[in-house]
Amino acid sequence: MSKEWPLWEVFIRGQHGMSHRHVGSLHAADAEMAIKNARDVYTRRNEGVSIWVVESTNISASAPSDKGPLYEPSNSKVYRHPTFFDIPDDVGAM
Amino acid sequence: MYAQIVKSTGTLKSREDMSPEEAHFQDRIDAGEKIEPKDWMPEGYRKNLIRQIGQHGHSEIVGQLPEGNWITRAPTLERKAILLAKVQDEAGHGLYLYCAAETLGVSRDELTEDLLSGKMKYSSIFNYPTLNWADMGAVGWLVDGAAIMNQVPLQRTSFGPYSRAMIRICKEESFHQRQGYDIMMKMAQGSDAQKRMAQDALNRFWFPSLMMFGPSDKDSVHSAQSMAWKIKINTNDELRQKFVDQTVPQAKYLGLTVPDEGLTWNEEKGGYDFSEPDWTEFFDVLRGNGPCNTDRLDARIKAWEDGAWVRDGLMAHARKKSPKVAAE
Repeated sequence: MSKEWPLWEVFIRGQHGMSHRHVGSLHAADAEMAIKNARDVYTRRNEGVSIWVVESTNISASAPSDKGPLYEPSNSKVYRHPTFFDIPDDVGAM
Repeated sequence: MYAQIVKSTGTLKSREDMSPEEAHFQDRIDAGEKIEPKDWMPEGYRKNLIRQIGQHGHSEIVGQLPEGNWITRAPTLERKAILLAKVQDEAGHGLYLYCAAETLGVSRDELTEDLLSGKMKYSSIFNYPTLNWADMGAVGWLVDGAAIMNQVPLQRTSFGPYSRAMIRICKEESFHQRQGYDIMMKMAQGSDAQKRMAQDALNRFWFPSLMMFGPSDKDSVHSAQSMAWKIKINTNDELRQKFVDQTVPQAKYLGLTVPDEGLTWNEEKGGYDFSEPDWTEFFDVLRGNGPCNTDRLDARIKAWEDGAWVRDGLMAHARKKSPKVAAE
């Protein structure tokens, strides 16, 4: 069994009501240490008010080769954007 | 603090010699797309990047040693706290880079072992000693200044994780250069003895700083492929010229003399002409014969070996209790 500390992915939420955002990764023996290390590595300049850590092995990711089937269908659905519809100026703000 | 000479695998391929996958990969890079860890990439790209990012990370980690040397002897409590914060940043920068390298399939332990065995290199600059407090000024001003010069363009490098690490590092790095220049200003405006120390530090660090950009373009055999892959953005000589042009006026402001009799303003090219560093010394230092190579590696090996029981103990403890803290 490898003695290397597992890899953790770090997510930080900043001060202004934004979502947690992936900022990087680090090694730690357990979750508690991962949070402490994340504090030292990723929030040295007030970058955040909340930290999530998750072991990298627990993350499933989409494959780059699936890019087409996954995202192309939305390209043809331009009506999902408000600018698709012409509303006369007389109607006022909408 | 970055990679100086990265041995590349394979020579630059022409379009006709590329496989369809390689051509598609090159098209993505040419279009300015970022390559992400799970994307297909040529084996040479992966290997070169591991070497380059690894060397860059090792430079950050070994780079803590010459400055760590002065933390306990900083002249005031404030300067001590500042230097401590800077050295802590460098640990952070090393970690960002190691994590970027790990996305390419190398493990952290492999990177560490390759540094300790001497298989992977770090920047030659850290094999020079820091003899007194003025050296803290010169290191911040010149060494971090040279590092920034190299790292700013690397923010646009083609590999996503490397680019993101560089963006973070650049945000933090300018504090380092300014704190160095601040020390130099204080000393250059101080007593005669302090001025002499500042000049002496500049004398010793000038040419080793110029060496940080790597050998001259005419001797830099690994550049073409790296530039096509956008893992190197500017040539060594371009960056060195830029560094000299930026730094000479800063030295003038301090009232210090750049230790190069060949330094003259060249109106035609709009930059300075300057003397080449001693490349024999450079290659000698890379081969392990600089003033501090043995000390630096010994310090890293000692830290790694002395920490083994802590790493193992914490891992054993974590396996035993494996707590789960619910997300907020």
